[in-house]
This record gives sequence, structure tokens and C-alpha cells, in this order.
Amino acid sequence: MQTARGKAFVFGDDVNTDVILPGKYLNVTDPQELASHCMESADPQFARTACPGDVLVAKKNFGCGSSREHAPLSIKYLGVSCVIASTFARIFFRNALNIGLPILESDEAARAIQAGDTVSVDFNAGTIVDETLGLTFHAEPFPPFMQKLIACGGLVNYSKTKIAARSS
Amino acid sequence: MGMTATQKILAAHAGLDCVSPGQLIEARLDVVMGNDITIALAVPEFRKAGAAHVFDKDKVVVVLDHFAPNKDIKAAMQCKTCREFARENHLKYFYDVGRMGIEHALLPEQGIVAPGELIIGGDSHTCTYGALGAFSTGVGSTDLAMGMAVGENWFKVPSALRFRLTGKLQKWVCGKDVMLHIIGLIGVDGALYRSMEFCGGGVAELSMDDRFTIANMAIEAGAKNAFFPVDQTCRSYLAEHCRKTWKAFEADKDAEYEKTYDIDLSSIRPTVAFPHLPSNTRTIDEVGLVELDQVFIGSCTNGRLEDMAMAASVLKGRHVHDRLRVIVIPATPSIYLECMQKGYLRIFMEAGCAVSTPTCGPCLGGHMGLLAAGEKCLSTTNRNFVGRMGHVDSEVYLCSPAVAAASAVTGRITDPAKLSMETL
Repeated sequence: MQTARGKAFVFGDDVNTDVILPGKYLNVTDPQELASHCMESADPQFARTACPGDVLVAKKNFGCGSSREHAPLSIKYLGVSCVIASTFARIFFRNALNIGLPILESDEAARAIQAGDTVSVDFNAGTIVDETLGLTFHAEPFPPFMQKLIACGGLVNYSKTKIAARSS
Repeated sequence: MGMTATQKILAAHAGLDCVSPGQLIEARLDVVMGNDITIALAVPEFRKAGAAHVFDKDKVVVVLDHFAPNKDIKAAMQCKTCREFARENHLKYFYDVGRMGIEHALLPEQGIVAPGELIIGGDSHTCTYGALGAFSTGVGSTDLAMGMAVGENWFKVPSALRFRLTGKLQKWVCGKDVMLHIIGLIGVDGALYRSMEFCGGGVAELSMDDRFTIANMAIEAGAKNAFFPVDQTCRSYLAEHCRKTWKAFEADKDAEYEKTYDIDLSSIRPTVAFPHLPSNTRTIDEVGLVELDQVFIGSCTNGRLEDMAMAASVLKGRHVHDRLRVIVIPATPSIYLECMQKGYLRIFMEAGCAVSTPTCGPCLGGHMGLLAAGEKCLSTTNRNFVGRMGHVDSEVYLCSPAVAAASAVTGRITDPAKLSMETL
């Protein structure tokens, strides 16, 4: 995915994985069913009102708490095109990249973007544009190692060659 | 520039002489662990990647502890997926109901994890094994799947925060209070992406169970891992539990730390985290009147033998308050057996507590004691996020087993030191 464009849904600090995807749904593995509960504890309407392409914006430490990959999966399969936050909790950060959910760290953007703004993102350039406010922000680019992993389509594809080498 | 103990373990597993913070490395894994929730999600990824079998059947550990004994049919299907995967791969360490315990109490107890090792687990509290001088961190299911398939993974070398401990804990204060105090001090992202390295004369004053509790909650400060040095207390524990050969790592004298915190253990009071963040702490002297509906004593944070002993010492000869439900879960079968032999189970049951076979259930709002709207639970677990233990309008307060047990008697959050003799 090179670009994303959608409406912003804005959340606060320390949005944790129990809020993103409550523990009671961890007996679910179907990603579409997980998506129907996305952000349920913070905004029960979110999963119904967010449209494919919309952008989730949060402040510091987004995704803190559990290692459950169900949390980023629920966001991805709801169709959210990008998560922008001031900072991400480290396991969530890893999980998002590993499953191919685009995320960007930009404190400036996270603080400025208002709920309902139209936001577009260019992942190659690392730019975030709030079209409603007419502001442009620059996110931290991924290190080269990570770019390679993303270019492969995530960790599974990245590991395929190693697995093939091992079994031959 | 010198390295921290964490950095040295990572360097050794990456085949490098030295590493520095921020560096991306690929490193060899000694143990890869998952549970019924995370393995169930990892198995399809494992197959998608074309893996026929795990990289080493003696190094992949599967523990069915979260929604086991099966809480419903969906959980039963997940456990079945894990069980079949474990059997297909002839895993040496597969723990099903009856032998299963809560993973982070079970792995050290069974000697599966050792100092100097690099361990990943599909569970955020995998940082617990840092108490044994290992590098140990939580990952998601895709990392878990690829770790099981290839026995290696990528890591970003963390910078470090140093916690220099001095003094000695007062009566009724334990590792849980130390860690709640620290999280209250630095915040839920105070150690984000970093390692928390514990050192100083105060370490020797902490039991292994205290250290497991402290390392367990490093994730609640956002940390990548926690590290305790291997000292005599740790060696004695390993002599009893672990038959692996292992190597202890120590920080270089000139290792760099982003920041050093001096923590005087003798100044720490019993501490309670109020809703809805583990960093929202108050000392027991500042809690005011908080009336409770449920008390839970257990979990990977505080379900070990010392925790049970502490709760039993308070509850002996006393009774649970009329208004309360109290649930006690010893974390592993052998802790459960010891509780039976030492008479703790009788104490708990005569007091009016429900005692359960090991499960993570209540801690993450899975099963075995969920909360209704408006209810308050005092819990020895690790998270008090919105809706963590049940209804989105319920509240969770975090504390030590001593505070939980004292509060079970009075029905409100109570200092164990102030529990009246009249309640006996």
C-alpha cells in the first residue's frame, strides 16, 4: 500500500489492547468477527461507523498491554488504512508490521488531527496531510531492515525463504 | 562502550562481539512459548509460511492456560488446534489440563528457562523470566509462528533504565508493591522500548517470587524486558528447579543507562493501583474508603507459593466479608499441592474463598469470575484497564496478596497491618 486517505477517528493516551479488542473475544480467530468488536470498550459505534480507508489517530503508547495480535488484526480487517500515534507500545508496533497494518509515529500529527478531518498518507515519503486543516506532517521513516520486511509483505513471507532453505 | 546484561545476551545470540542500542539484529532463540490463545492464531501463519515442523521439539513450549479448562466451545476448538499441533510436532513441553499451570509460574518451576537464554513467548508477561537473568520478551502470534518455525527472530537492541535497589522490605510489603511503586513513578510508558535492569544491595533482600512478580510487570511500564542479576538466591532456586546448563551475564562496569532510579525498599508502603491504569497508584495510607464486590488472588503475577502463604497467613481463622466473593487460584499444580500440604487450601475454604484449578481466566476477563456493571474488584493481577475483568463499567484495583487477603475480610481496601484482632 503506497497511499491512504480517509476520515480521522481520534483517541487519547495509552489506548490499550483490552480496549481495542476485549479479552472476552480471544476465543475468536475469524478476523472479520474480530473487526466487528474493534475499539468496542472506547467507542462502541466505531466498528459500525468507520469506513474502509479511514484513519485511526491516537496519542502516546497506543496498543499497550497484552501481546494479542487480535488487536491489530481487528483494526486491519475493519479496513482502517493507517494508524497514526505519538508513540506505539512495542509489542503492538511489531505485531502491526508483522501482519501488514500500516502504522506511523508522528507526535505532531497525532496532536493536530481532529476527529472527522480528512487525512491522506504517503507511506513512501512518510508524509501525513490533514486536508481539512491544510497541514502537512512528516513521520519517522522505517529503518532499512524494516522496509525490507514490509516489502516482503510481512514476517511470514520474509521467513518463507528461511523455512524453504531449512527443509531442503 | 560497555554493554548492559541484556545487550550482552542479545549480542551472544546474534553471534556478535558487541551491540549498541537501536541496532537491529537477528538472534537465535533458546525457548519459544505460546498458550491456547496465541498458538491458535499462530498455527495458521506457521502453515502459511510453509513450515512442516517446529525448529526444535525440545525448545517449543505450549501451555493451555488462558481459556482452559475450556470455557466454551470456541475455546475448546482453540485448545484442540493447539493439542493437535503439539502432538504432530512431538513437543517435549506440552502442558494440558491437569498438568498445566499458568505459563509464567510454570516455566521457571519446571526448569524450562535458564539464565543467559533468549526467550520469546506469545504472551506479554513473558518478561517474567528476566528474574532468572535471561532475556525474555513477549511477542504476537506471527512472531511466535516464525520463531517456532525457524528458531530465530529480529530484535532491536534496547537502551536501558537502571533501578538501583537498597534497603529491605517492611512487613506486609512485597515485590508487587515495589513494582506498583515503580510503575507509579515512571508511568505506563516510562520504560517504553527499553530494558529495566535491576541491581544493588537490595536485590539480595528479594525472594525469587518477589523478583518474578517485579519482572512480570515490566511490560506494564512499556518495557521490552526486565533483568535481574544471578545471585545466590537465584542459584539456589536453579539448583532446585533447573537441570539445564546455563551462563550468567553481568553488565559491564561502563555500561550506559539512559537513567538510574534509586529505590529504597524500606520506604515502600503497600501500594494499590486505582482504575484504569497500573500507574494510577496510591499507598495504602491514601486509598480512602473503597468498598468491594470481589477479591481475586492469583495470576502469573501473584499466584506463587509465597503469595499463597501471605494470603493464608492473613486469612487463617478469619472469614470473608458477607458481601464479597473471593477467588483464589494457585498458579501451578505443584503450588496447588503445596498449598494443600501446608494447609492453605483449608484456610482459604474455611474462610469462604472459592479455590480453582490453575487458569488465567479471571485476570483477562475470560472466565471464572467476570465482573458485572458497576462492580469493583481488588485483584493481585497486573492490569486494571477499562473492562479488563468483565463489564466495561466495572473497576479493577491492583494490589499484593496481603492487601487482597486483608480486604477480603473487611470488604473494603485494607492495610493488612491494621486488620483488627477482632476479625479472628
